Amino acid sequence: MDNPVFVEIQNHIEGSDVFLFMKGTPLFPQCGFSARVVQILKHSGVPFASLNVLENAEIREGIKSFSNWPTIPQLYVKGEFIGGCDIVAEMYQTGELQALLEEKGITQNAA
Amino acid sequence: MAMQANEIEALIKAAFPDAKIEIEDLAGDNDHYAATVVSEAFRGVPRVRQHQMVYAALQGRMGGELHALALQTSAPE
Repeated sequence: MDNPVFVEIQNHIEGSDVFLFMKGTPLFPQCGFSARVVQILKHSGVPFASLNVLENAEIREGIKSFSNWPTIPQLYVKGEFIGGCDIVAEMYQTGELQALLEEKGITQNAA
Repeated sequence: MAMQANEIEALIKAAFPDAKIEIEDLAGDNDHYAATVVSEAFRGVPRVRQHQMVYAALQGRMGGELHALALQTSAPE
């Protein structure tokens, strides 16, 4: 893990229980898929940190090889890559996301 | 910066010969698709991994030539 961008990414995902690499910010998402994941996290009432990849080209590219996932947004829970918009949305609809958060000991208060 | 639906289908079919594939053009701009892929190769595989397998089949076009591909993957019932 000597790639400095990977180290920076690792620090981010280990720095908070729930971390979202997205386009834009939770307040001003710049992409429909990113906005959808933000909405899901807000509805789940789970606190999360995020990084606007539009302001960091190195991470925007580096994250794709880091997780072997070609698109943004990317959601991480306790350092583990969960998925992009499709997977997070599907997990939310089936209740899998809520179960995963509980299993990882992450408190959720209904928004 | 776009791909034809049959191109996507051909690439996925090449990687998953047994797959049942449906491609839907979401926006009519050859850039936003939804794809459903049912293949035995996905049995017992976590959903993230299933999608990574499909992206690999698209040989790096995902996120570049192809902007958005909403994926639904599963093993046959």
